[in-house]
Amino acid sequence: MGRIKPKAVEMAKRPVEERIKSFDEVALGYTAEEAMKEAERCLICPKPTCVPACPVHIDIPAFIKKIQEGDFLAAVRIIKQDNPLPAVCGRVCPQEDQCEGSCVMGRKFDPISIGRLERFVADYEAKTGEVNVQPVKEKKPQKVAVVGSGPSGLVCASELAQKGYNVTVFESLHEFGGVLVYGIPQFRLPKEIVKREVEYISKLGVKFVKNFFVGRTRTLDELMEEDGFDAVFLGTGAGLPRFQGIPGENLLGIYSANEFLTRINLMRAYKFPDYDTPIKVGDTVAVIGAGNVAMDAARSALRAGAKKVMILYRRTEKEMTARAEEAENAMEEGIEFHFLVNPVRYHGDENGWVKEVEVIRMKLGEPDESGRRRPIPIEGSEFRIPVDTVIVAIGQIPSPIIAQTTKGLEVHKRWGTLVANEKTFATTKKGVFAGGDVVTGAATVILAAGAGKDAAKYIDYYLQNKDKPDIWEELTKAK
Amino acid sequence: MGYKILFKEEVGPGAYRMIIDAPHVAKNARPGQFIVLRVHEKGERIPLTISKADKENGQITIIFQVVGKSTKHLSLLNEGDELADFLGPLGMPSEIDNFGTVVLIGGGFGTAVLYPMVVAYKEAGNHVIVINGARNKDLLLLEKDLSNIADEYFVTTDDGSKGLKGFVTDMLKQLIENGIKIDRVFAVGPVIMMANVAKLTKEHGIKTIVSLNPIMVDGTGMCGACRVEVGGKTKFACVDGPDFDAHEVNFDLLMKRLRMYRKEEQESLEKFEKELAQNG
Ligand SMILES: Cc1cc2nc3c(=O)[nH]c(=O)nc-3n(C[C@H](O)[C@H](O)[C@H](O)COP(=O)(O)OP(=O)(O)OC[C@H]3O[C@@H](n4cnc5c(N)ncnc54)[C@H](O)[C@@H]3O)c2cc1C
Ligand SMILES: Cc1cc2nc3c(=O)[nH]c(=O)nc-3n(C[C@H](O)[C@H](O)[C@H](O)COP(=O)(O)OP(=O)(O)OC[C@H]3O[C@@H](n4cnc5c(N)ncnc54)[C@H](O)[C@@H]3O)c2cc1C
Ligand code: FES
Repeated sequence: MGRIKPKAVEMAKRPVEERIKSFDEVALGYTAEEAMKEAERCLICPKPTCVPACPVHIDIPAFIKKIQEGDFLAAVRIIKQDNPLPAVCGRVCPQEDQCEGSCVMGRKFDPISIGRLERFVADYEAKTGEVNVQPVKEKKPQKVAVVGSGPSGLVCASELAQKGYNVTVFESLHEFGGVLVYGIPQFRLPKEIVKREVEYISKLGVKFVKNFFVGRTRTLDELMEEDGFDAVFLGTGAGLPRFQGIPGENLLGIYSANEFLTRINLMRAYKFPDYDTPIKVGDTVAVIGAGNVAMDAARSALRAGAKKVMILYRRTEKEMTARAEEAENAMEEGIEFHFLVNPVRYHGDENGWVKEVEVIRMKLGEPDESGRRRPIPIEGSEFRIPVDTVIVAIGQIPSPIIAQTTKGLEVHKRWGTLVANEKTFATTKKGVFAGGDVVTGAATVILAAGAGKDAAKYIDYYLQNKDKPDIWEELTKAK
Repeated sequence: MGYKILFKEEVGPGAYRMIIDAPHVAKNARPGQFIVLRVHEKGERIPLTISKADKENGQITIIFQVVGKSTKHLSLLNEGDELADFLGPLGMPSEIDNFGTVVLIGGGFGTAVLYPMVVAYKEAGNHVIVINGARNKDLLLLEKDLSNIADEYFVTTDDGSKGLKGFVTDMLKQLIENGIKIDRVFAVGPVIMMANVAKLTKEHGIKTIVSLNPIMVDGTGMCGACRVEVGGKTKFACVDGPDFDAHEVNFDLLMKRLRMYRKEEQESLEKFEKELAQNG
């Protein structure tokens, strides 16, 4: 096996000093030479382990083969058969838990950098401008409403439009893209990429309507009974921020990660006063949590002018849910990680501004239902950390608005997620399908995109078999 | 999908009424709900109460007071101009019923929020008493509109230039002392005013609703900027409110949270005014 190349080709990154002062993208991507060199490392396994580990089963060896041959456009076409958002996923997928995590090369050496290769070919396609829009063969009369323009909604809309349906995307915010525009920062996922995807999908004939909050502007029932939509896909995500519910959490200077990131990303508060929306970032910032959201908040705070940013996490480095690459970037940028501490109370000054977070030390106990060891507080170990700003990033759950305002749409009591069939995405309400974070709880871009894609198949099936008397029974009972 | 300004008029010093072309908002709007708008592409999202919804013509009326950069910018737009964004209706509709005698109290910009409530309570068959308060008579808003609808209409000014000299609470106290049986009070305006109304009506056991106006971002329940404490629990005013039981609200917290961006608001307004001066 003389051709084994143990080390992965590095991807260029902006130097730390430069990147902590700007919101420009940190990772610069492979050049064509680098991509081909990295692709050369791939053994093109006849029975690949990476493909089953990919949530949407991209034919990874096939696309890498095309890169080896220098046919980058062919490579991207292969990816797009299964994943319509390669430029996004190449940047934000947790590859170490998926394809790269199961790469055979990874057992002894560096795994193949599948994510970087995916990103490279997608960017290459965009640069050459050869994104061709296939004309839709046959138009179908039915109208489908897609609620939410996150990855699940975008992909579902795109698939349905290609099947010939008349599709409208309704989005409550003033920009399209869901978490991709309001949550994930520019330095990780440039907004232009999301915009490009939206433009592509509108070229397929999808109508995009912003400032339309389903449940208030129109209810789901009205969309179906009065506005003539034959089916609906709910891709409304998990946008409701959770707080711990501890004393002092409403003090000034304490943000939910959603508010902090929305001000920065959607409202461009980092460009205040050129943009009108302000943000307050003190010298010392504590971020509660250690997932992707926490990393994004911490790194944004640094770029918005904080001198010292701390991650406070109640478990240890091993249990962090953030993408490995982003945790590593955060550490490089000087973010401090404090493990096994959990806030119990906030203390404020006389004007109501937060000035200290009181934390308790934790230790790890037995594994909980997530398989991770449960953190247990160590009594009497409380101490205080001085802070000016706190960002709470302990998770999001779906907003209850649509379920509250719709007849017959069932919700899981505990997590507020919508009940939907795992295979067909059919909810408890006839004609309504749901996928992405609103069904799974906060998860990943690729899972949401995959859900949108598969749901489109069953929406198509439903619309073609609408007159079958037990069609909904069939879709909700499918295994 | 332009959100065109169809009509504009000044209704007091620094206060304007605008009618916006927004059929999608008008269709489902109910009293007590609000919209969020952005004046321009770099603008912030600001909440304003729906003053009137004309379902037939698809039009929404807003009334606003100039207090900072965004409202100033909005006030400079004219008929025919378009807003960048206009989202709604948002929030829970007010609970409107025939309660009997209802006193509706508005102070400062709150009078703009009060107006649609006065209309709604009146239409529901209540005996409607309005107390309109301001620092002086020049700052009183919507006098004609309110006095035309109200069964009884009172004015208070801090300096006594019109009506009773004093605060809206002084007028309310008089009504209570005069033995008028009040079934419900609805108040909206500066936080300190709402807090004082709440204190007074609590003493007299009168059910009181306030419409809270915390700083908001999305207005759809996804950020928590608008959180308020009601009955010791955290609520998101944009989806759980804006109406709350006045006797349960932590007004002190609301007042503090409204001050969070004082410095930045000042900076933004000054920059805007400088630009205006430079451009003539
Ligand atoms: C800060 C942050 C960082 C993340 N980083 C990563 C990462 O690195 N890798 C990764 O794989 N995943 C990451 N995730 C998770 C990932 O972004 C989500 O799993 C994914 O976006 C879910 O997609 P979705 O389509 O279900 O919903 P969303 O992306 O949440 O989109 C839902 C959309 O629906 C709209 N909406 C909601 N309710 C209504 C309504 N009633 N009417 C109209 N519109 C409505 C919302 O405004 C929103 O635009 C991150 C999440 C966050 C918040
Ligand atoms: C549900 C709701 C309904 C509202 N309805 C109306 C209305 O019908 N008419 C109207 O004139 N105003 C209304 N407001 C208030 C209005 O939103 C603010 O005056 C506006 O956002 C100020 O923006 P600005 O940039 O002009 O001023 P800024 O410079 O942002 O603020 C100037 C001053 O206004 C205060 N302020 C900032 N945001 C708010 C806010 N959301 N509410 C109250 N004060 C604020 C600040 O504390 C500051 O002192 C409402 C607010 C809410 C939450
Ligand atoms: S304004 Fe964001 S949750 Fe209410």
